[in-house]
Amino acid sequence: MNLISRSHWGVNALALCIGLFLLVFLVIPVVTVVIVAFQDPGTGAYTLVNFVDFFNTSLFQESFLNSFYVASMSVVVATIIAIPLAYFTTRFNFSGAVLIQTLGIIPLIMPPFVGAVAMLLLFGENGSVNLLFDEWFGFTIPFMQGLNGVILVESIHYFPFILINLSAALLNIDRAMEESAQNLGASGTRLFRRIVFPLAMPGYVAGASLVFLKVFDDLGTPLLLNINNMLAPQAYLRVSSIGISDPMGYVISVILVTFSLFSLWVAFLALKDKDYSTVQKGGGGLMKRDLRTWEKIGCYAVVILILLMVLSPHLGLALLSFGTVWSYSVLPDAFTFAHYGNMFRVAGPYISNTLLYAGLAAFIDIFLGTAIAYVVLRTGVVGRKWLDFIAMGAVAVPGVVIGIGYLRTFVEFNVPIIDKPLASWWVVIVIALSIRRLPYALRACMAALQQVSVMLEEAAENLGATKSRTVRRVVVPLMTGGILAGFVTSFATASVELSATIMLVNTEADAPLAYGIYQFMQSAAGRGPGAALGIIAVLIVGTATYISHRVIERTERQRSDGGIVVAEVAGAAP
Amino acid sequence: MTEIRPDAVAVTIENLSLSFGDTEVLKGVNLTIEPGEFFTFLGPSGSGKSTLLRAIAGFGPNPGGRILIGDDDVTRQPPWTRNVGMVFQSYALWPHMTVRKNVAFGLEERKLMPKEIKARVDEALDLVGLLDFAERRPSQLSGGQQQRVALARTIVIEPRVLLLDEPLSNLDANLRIQMRRDILSLQRTLKLTTIFVTHDQEEANTTSDRIAVLDQGIIQQVGSPIHLYDEPVNRFVADFLGTANLIDGPLETVDGTALFESDNGGTAMFRPQDLTIQPPPGTAGPDAALLSGRVEHREFLGNLIRYNVTVGGRSLIVEDSHNAGRPAFSPGDDVALALDTRNIRILTG
Ligand SMILES: Nc1ncnc2c1ncn2[C@@H]1O[C@H](COP(=O)(O)OP(=O)(O)O)[C@@H](O)[C@H]1O
Ligand SMILES: [Mg+2]
Repeated sequence: MNLISRSHWGVNALALCIGLFLLVFLVIPVVTVVIVAFQDPGTGAYTLVNFVDFFNTSLFQESFLNSFYVASMSVVVATIIAIPLAYFTTRFNFSGAVLIQTLGIIPLIMPPFVGAVAMLLLFGENGSVNLLFDEWFGFTIPFMQGLNGVILVESIHYFPFILINLSAALLNIDRAMEESAQNLGASGTRLFRRIVFPLAMPGYVAGASLVFLKVFDDLGTPLLLNINNMLAPQAYLRVSSIGISDPMGYVISVILVTFSLFSLWVAFLALKDKDYSTVQKGGGGLMKRDLRTWEKIGCYAVVILILLMVLSPHLGLALLSFGTVWSYSVLPDAFTFAHYGNMFRVAGPYISNTLLYAGLAAFIDIFLGTAIAYVVLRTGVVGRKWLDFIAMGAVAVPGVVIGIGYLRTFVEFNVPIIDKPLASWWVVIVIALSIRRLPYALRACMAALQQVSVMLEEAAENLGATKSRTVRRVVVPLMTGGILAGFVTSFATASVELSATIMLVNTEADAPLAYGIYQFMQSAAGRGPGAALGIIAVLIVGTATYISHRVIERTERQRSDGGIVVAEVAGAAP
Repeated sequence: MTEIRPDAVAVTIENLSLSFGDTEVLKGVNLTIEPGEFFTFLGPSGSGKSTLLRAIAGFGPNPGGRILIGDDDVTRQPPWTRNVGMVFQSYALWPHMTVRKNVAFGLEERKLMPKEIKARVDEALDLVGLLDFAERRPSQLSGGQQQRVALARTIVIEPRVLLLDEPLSNLDANLRIQMRRDILSLQRTLKLTTIFVTHDQEEANTTSDRIAVLDQGIIQQVGSPIHLYDEPVNRFVADFLGTANLIDGPLETVDGTALFESDNGGTAMFRPQDLTIQPPPGTAGPDAALLSGRVEHREFLGNLIRYNVTVGGRSLIVEDSHNAGRPAFSPGDDVALALDTRNIRILTG
């Protein structure tokens, strides 16, 4: 094809540069971490002794079990939250469906660690809810005690992953799937067990394994809740207290990566060859039925209860940021703006650093994303699939591992002009953020380019537009929506990422917002300003999320119009 | 299973009405489908064919009226107790089960012994020629094969009635002809009362013992394909089954008499092949009327040529069979038309 023959050395050079970037900032740091984990710290010889040490240390055994327990339980709790919501929207004509959709988004606009401290004040042993429980019923519930707290905070935050995947799977089952089973004699629970459940299963497993991966790798939430006997906090604490020569951080990193890969593999297996989307044109969805009044009340009660749970970190954070003293009481004693004043006095650099880092990282991401998408989809560059594969592989690399890998790899690499190691230069934070967010931006760019059907390009060329004019007038306008959405998503998530940044921040002056929140929350006096800074984070992420939703909505509309045009053209052909 | 079933049953539909909310989709349908009959619901899209078929299977809103299968009033029975087999337009094969599992499903629901299930599944798959594909997933089959699996899955439960909703619409043209023959021969073998839904008159004509023509939820006419074609009761049926000349009011012949003048209120209908096109002045036999007109338009269709001829301000459709060497008329030519008056029908609807 002429596409390929024209993709002369320019495209190859581009692909090579991207490949080098990924090699230096993703492959080498991760491989380094793995190698060090298998090396004797003294001699450098390859050995399993670090792993033996790890599993012989009771603290690490406990941390390992705790991480596993917390991740598994978070999946269970998130499932319990998600199932009724998914079931209501897909099975019943339920007017609260909009509420449920909102529920699916709200948690994602605030990273879990930001609300963690607020959750302590609401659900802790002496938190608002338990004070009320004690007064009314004479007992308390240990919502936040020890690992419970991590589980609660994480599952409230990550259940949307299950909700979204499960709902999509259920919505994609065509009514005829159920009807044909009924026609052949099945009904009730047997019908559900044999048809609906297995068809929805792949979507559920995909969502659940994602939750497992996220929780297993999370550093911020346990740190903020002061739970140190888990894997990610241990890795961080070892490296920050003992130093980067301590092998345990590397061993933990290898375990984290292994489990991440394992959950991704489970998700992959669940979805492999299982495109169970069976909805027909004009049909669609499972059989829905109307609710009786008392059922409707029940549904609303469940949804509102969950909504309250999901909103509680936000609510708690707001109370904390406006409250004077809040301790052993249901609500703060009085309200004030003082925390915002205090926060703004010191947090200016945090905010500007965040905007700078996240902005740059998102920019790098859409540049890499667009370039990789183009190379993969529209050229014949050798090894182009690998670019895609490696870039996507970043999903499996926890922030802690990136942090440790960068510290180890770049500590001896002096940046010429400023004359200090790359590992302690703020730019390395930007690069870490961009690598962490690249998979998401890449998917957005791929989708954007894929939707520009080659037919649309050919139509433009047929009407006399040159290749470059076609790209300018057809491809780019059609892609901008997707690229913009990728930019905003990268920006929003990068601006509140903690696990890699916390390890790479070298001086207070270079620290971003997430680090600032962590610092504030360390002391009781800092909680108010920390919460105020958290509110700023929520505002930034919320705004960005809102923008990206609008952009995606607009793009989808455009695409569906375009889709109709294409379908009509195809339909008109004999 | 392959031997002739002596127990084929009739389906009786009495005064059936059905609404989706405020929209009345079926309006007082009365029908009797004979045991072992290949019966077709024919009508344009949205006429209520699927709704009627689904009502027989027990799907959709509760209808008014009665549905009987044999002597059994099933109107209030849930779908899973009716034992009527339905083949869905989309096939509705379960993607998470193999072909064998799909076909075995209904038998498993009937709690048969595993050995018998296996034997009957094998037999059914053999019947549709897919025994070698038993361990595949539906997604690994072509459209035609999926169609056969859906068919096997339905007939394996030995349903009292076989319902087919546009089963050929997702297949390409060649396969469609093959499949409709296969379905018909299967039906003949099993002697199974079968109701077939289609919007394609050729499909209906080539397969059916009898056809019910539906429009806007009302049965317009019931009869054999030839009967419906030759003796339509109204404009809709005349038009839907083939091409028709529908004439309101008089049509002047060459000898000055006005045809149809006495038929006030009715519409005269005759088929394009009831007109014989000739060079002027032309001749007409004893049972024919001679008309004169001018060719407006010509379409070559291979085995025949279709002309639009204006006669006294009206446009008539004329079809002339075509053989090599036979002269054709061109637009602008003056022509004579002989109309076989024996085939004129006066429609009142
Ligand atoms: N589930 C439904 N809800 C509301 N209206 C429906 C539904 N199914 C069918 N209809 C309406 O009933 C009429 C008949 O539909 P259908 O039986 O599917 O027609 P056909 O199969 O002849 O094309 C159509 O006007 C359609 O819009
Ligand atoms: Mg239909």
